[in-house]
Amino acid sequence: MTSLSVKSPAAPAQTGVLVGIAAITMSFAAYSSALIVRQGASPDWLHFTLPRVLFFNTLVVLASSATLYVARPRSRATADPAGSGAAVDAPNLTWLYATILLGFLFLAGQIMAWRNLAAQGLTLSSSPSSSFFYLLTAMHGLHLLGGLAGLLYVVYRVRRSSPVRAVVAYKAASLYWHFMTVLWLYLFAILATRI
Amino acid sequence: MTSPHSSHAAPQSFWRKYVFSLDHKVIGRQYLDLSLVAVTTGMILSWLMRLHLAWPTRAIPFLGVLSPEATGGIITPEYYLSLMTMHGTIMVFFVLTTAPFAGFGNFILPIQIGAEDMAFPHFNMMSFWVTFVAFIVLVSAFFVPEGPPLAGWTAYAPLSAVGKDSGPGEGWGQTLWVISIAIFCIGQLIGSLNFIATTLDLRTKGMTLARMPYSTWAWFITSVIGLIAFSVLFPACILLLLDRVAGTSFFIPAGLVISDRLQPHSGGSPLLWQHLFWFFGHPEVYIAILPGFGIVSHILPAVTRKPLLGPRVLIACMIAIGFLSYTVWGHHMFMSGMNPLSATLFSVPTLIITIPAAIATLLWIGTLYGSKLRFNTPALFCLGFISVFVSGGLSGFFLAQPAIDSYLHGTYFVVGHFHFVMGVAAMFAIFAGLYFWFPKMFGRMMNETLGKWHFILTFIGVYCIFMPMHYLGLAGNVRRYSTFTVDYMKGSIPLHRFITVAALFTGAAQLIFFYNLFRSRFRGEIAPANPWQATSLEWTTSSPPPHDNFGGHHPVVYHGPNEYGVAGREGDYIMQTSPEPEPVAAAS
Repeated sequence: MTSLSVKSPAAPAQTGVLVGIAAITMSFAAYSSALIVRQGASPDWLHFTLPRVLFFNTLVVLASSATLYVARPRSRATADPAGSGAAVDAPNLTWLYATILLGFLFLAGQIMAWRNLAAQGLTLSSSPSSSFFYLLTAMHGLHLLGGLAGLLYVVYRVRRSSPVRAVVAYKAASLYWHFMTVLWLYLFAILATRI
Repeated sequence: MTSPHSSHAAPQSFWRKYVFSLDHKVIGRQYLDLSLVAVTTGMILSWLMRLHLAWPTRAIPFLGVLSPEATGGIITPEYYLSLMTMHGTIMVFFVLTTAPFAGFGNFILPIQIGAEDMAFPHFNMMSFWVTFVAFIVLVSAFFVPEGPPLAGWTAYAPLSAVGKDSGPGEGWGQTLWVISIAIFCIGQLIGSLNFIATTLDLRTKGMTLARMPYSTWAWFITSVIGLIAFSVLFPACILLLLDRVAGTSFFIPAGLVISDRLQPHSGGSPLLWQHLFWFFGHPEVYIAILPGFGIVSHILPAVTRKPLLGPRVLIACMIAIGFLSYTVWGHHMFMSGMNPLSATLFSVPTLIITIPAAIATLLWIGTLYGSKLRFNTPALFCLGFISVFVSGGLSGFFLAQPAIDSYLHGTYFVVGHFHFVMGVAAMFAIFAGLYFWFPKMFGRMMNETLGKWHFILTFIGVYCIFMPMHYLGLAGNVRRYSTFTVDYMKGSIPLHRFITVAALFTGAAQLIFFYNLFRSRFRGEIAPANPWQATSLEWTTSSPPPHDNFGGHHPVVYHGPNEYGVAGREGDYIMQTSPEPEPVAAAS
């Protein structure tokens, strides 16, 4: 017979983020394979020391994931996002602000890394290694900006005191944000080992 | 329970209703309108090429006035390549991707699964307008100095990467091309994301995956393919754009001299572009054709009044094609200096992919076998689809083998092959879908007599155009050349003239279609809710459906879409929403 599943309204938002994560993963796989192929294509690959600020940035982005986790809504056992009226706590605003702050701090740190590189005379076109450095950090930064927009939307929902929608938004936005952290760890590893 | 429409009520203002609409039905029609404009543009470009191939020394009237690149109406070899590039790009991206997938998918998919709208209506609107901007950016290449790019729809580097030195149109024109395709990728990614989330999360009560209509299955699989493919094309476009405007060297090798100038780049890999492009490019073929699989499989049971043969096998075939489509891209690069071992590795899955395609074809033929076929226009276009798909698919066996491909790759054989299997087959599926769903979309029937004439003339026309191309290719007629007035290729001109006449004839036959389309839109016979006695959900609602698709209630589904030819009851079919029990399987 039929299996009738009742979907919560959170489902499309979460599915959407998961599908988006798949797409972003695929595009960074493309950038990575381009990097590997390009490095092997000819001997003009310039190895340089990564700006030290990147290590600090890695800690910042890890911390932002942690603060976002702390901000999670402490829903009771009966919490029901399907809107049956059961009590649902909104995500914690203070920790959300902390996460957003850390996000901006990370972006500022990335820009510092760029300035550091530029001060060494390494521009986008100096070497394929610097091209990929700027490209990968810029692409990650742009995607992270999207994540910040998502977090600001969660804040907006909390402040509008609509806890159910805030929880839905939190779940989707935090999924994306943690992915951004993982993506940065991956990129950092690639940059550290290849450049 | 919240649903997409609870956040947007039926809009009142003109802008919200027809332009920046959130309604998936309006967005679907916008996509179809865009592809109608695009297909007309692409077809006119192909006529210009065909006229020049047949009568290379004759001036084409008014062309000299319209485009300064064709001095005095004579198409230069460079301008011929520009026309070819724009024809290919417009047709592949803005017709074959836009119409069968984004167009019909948007309109029909939510209704077929019993949803009120797409999962993310705002994203949906954005995806159309992003695609629209991409089209405008692409077409604007006609109006920049030196005209449109000439690197082909595949934009092979380094030709596409070095800028002005590599020919007219390679300055601004090529930059616009890259930007346009990058924007297009974004539109398709948003669209695919929406399709996937909608199919997974918004199915109505009882609409299990196994009960989804085949067209919905096809759009779902296509959106998964598209999500992965466009996720790779976008980075490729970014890299190409940086090579063009930022002085990087991803694709441009060192020491490259073009137009007597040493290019200031070092060490890039032109093959890298080909790998990235074809990793998208081959799945793109299935993005164009799989919705056709779905549309034909959806229509065939309704016109044969028989259940589709092996529905689960068909879905398995489509999934298999989706997977395999990512393993075969190298077969486009047999002639690119590939290691012969790699060529073999790409050749094997290319041959394997013919198996699910052949099984699907046999399922359609098996469904037709012994049926009392209703010879209406959608049925005819389904038959036409199967015919051209087989004709085009068969030549794929030859091209899949590196040894044979090395002879045929640069010839008209390939032109004939891909126009049949990807272009015309997909077009026939679009026509079948349009004649079939037009009553649902506009509430009026299309004229059957005109539809049949349209089919017959188009069917004869496309065979006259593309069949001789296989012969030309076998005879060694190279492709991408603007004239064949020299040496051994002179002998091919009479056949080229025949093809040109056939192309003009087929194009003229489309006037019947356009007349039918516009006349039926306003004067056609009023369509009932279910003119084809079909079973799926779109036929349970009025034609055209109300703003929320089902007039305030959520349909409940009890059956799969395949309940045709049911004996012992009035009407030979059971609607998906009919609560009556499934019939006991008939003896034969």
